[in-house]
Amino acid sequence: MGNPLRRYLLTLRRLWGTALAMQLEYQANLLLEVVAAVGNLLGSLLLLSLFYGGGRALGGWSWPQALVVLGVYTLLEGITSTWLRPNLSTIVGHVQQGTLDFVLLKPIDSQFWLSTTRVSLMGLPEIATGLGLMLWASARAGIRTTPWLLFQTSLMLVASALILYSLWFLVATTSIWFVKTWNATEVLRAALSSGRYPISAYPMPIRRLFTMVLPVAFLTTVPAEAMLGRLTLPWLLLSLAVACVFLALSRAFWQFALRFYTSASS
Amino acid sequence: MARALLASQYALMLEFRAEVLLWALAGLVPFVMLAVWIESPAGAALGMGPTELARYFLAAFVVRQFTVAWVLAVFEEDALQGRLSPMLLQPLHPFWRYLASHVAEQAIRLPIVVMIAALFFLVLPWAFWLPTPQRALLALAATFLAFLLNFLIQCSMACLCFWSDRVNALERLIFIPMLFLSGMAAPLEAYPPAMRRLAEWTPFPLLVHFPAQLLSGGEIPIAAGFTALALWITGLLLLVAVLWRAGVRRYGAMGA
Repeated sequence: MGNPLRRYLLTLRRLWGTALAMQLEYQANLLLEVVAAVGNLLGSLLLLSLFYGGGRALGGWSWPQALVVLGVYTLLEGITSTWLRPNLSTIVGHVQQGTLDFVLLKPIDSQFWLSTTRVSLMGLPEIATGLGLMLWASARAGIRTTPWLLFQTSLMLVASALILYSLWFLVATTSIWFVKTWNATEVLRAALSSGRYPISAYPMPIRRLFTMVLPVAFLTTVPAEAMLGRLTLPWLLLSLAVACVFLALSRAFWQFALRFYTSASS
Repeated sequence: MARALLASQYALMLEFRAEVLLWALAGLVPFVMLAVWIESPAGAALGMGPTELARYFLAAFVVRQFTVAWVLAVFEEDALQGRLSPMLLQPLHPFWRYLASHVAEQAIRLPIVVMIAALFFLVLPWAFWLPTPQRALLALAATFLAFLLNFLIQCSMACLCFWSDRVNALERLIFIPMLFLSGMAAPLEAYPPAMRRLAEWTPFPLLVHFPAQLLSGGEIPIAAGFTALALWITGLLLLVAVLWRAGVRRYGAMGA
């Protein structure tokens, strides 16, 4: 157990193995999630199609191009239910019941532990439909998927997932002070639902807001641009930088919050 | 008794002010959709200028705030944790208690919604309007009936708790047509005619679209809307009564 990286990877394997074994006991739920994923996708397609009657386009994006954005959004929703929600929802419980002490005492980074202990199968249908939609729609948009393009897109998707994670973690961290702020993630979720559409579909002031304050643009539009092969290098670098900044911010905020954690009943 | 119930539930809810605020903010989907609709030429093609769109989506937001129901989640928890048993012994149907707590929560939502609406008009002053007194009254009535309808839909699903202990998952499913067919995300006028007819066969447009059009001064068949509301409410009342009787007979409390 000399190498810390190996230790972390080994821990992950153990944790996820038990998490998956536990969930395979509830197979009916997975079926329900498939139905929900299909329903959500059909609804989103319906809403999007309303902007496309009579030769109109949404913010300069053609129908297949806009579908790529929707694909990225669906993928992120899947990541949220597979990774973010199951993990970060435990922070509230830990704070309420005082079991956060046990987490802090473990010989492993507390943010790492709280962010990775669980994995849920519930988001898999959405991850699959999201990826499928991205590939299919980009082919319809006349894009040849080269390895370089896929590499760029994956890189941007990782950046986008890390930004999403940081936003969720920032909100979840506030429960150290307020305990009952889990509902704030619903607000975040509603705000991020704006990522269903390309950023240029919004009026100018909101576009600025979504690029500089709440990084919605980097969540869905930028990975979609990469998939469509029109992402410029500055935007690629900017997206990576934003991901790093948000990640660092979530880390700093967590450590700041822990200074105020006084355990339950003290 | 109604007064005591409402007062106690109001006091309870008052402790959750911050949560109610967050719940209210979580309903901001209509504003996101408004931003896209204002920028798109699709609104004009529909005959709805920015003013009409802004009014419609603000009205949709307000109506949605006062038609939210969460019986299913609470009831499932009460049933699973065994709190339902003592409630069944009381000479009051448990659903009355939930109804009172919903109404109490709406009272706490009211100032929040007023503030959000004021902020909305501050940002978009050209969208300001006051509905005619007649329309305002009709919208108020329609919103309350829509709330009752939504409440009863959830009650009928909550009754299924007597047969299964994972009913909460249904809430996720019911939210999908709620989002896409109620008119919360787009005025139903924009839907393809076939899709719109399909939506109108479900109760969902009555929950947001109908009251929102009344409030925003849009054109909507008023008598037909109220008739549909009355029919759905009566039908669901019967359904809930039947399900409840059958369910309680099956009920053996958790762990028994």
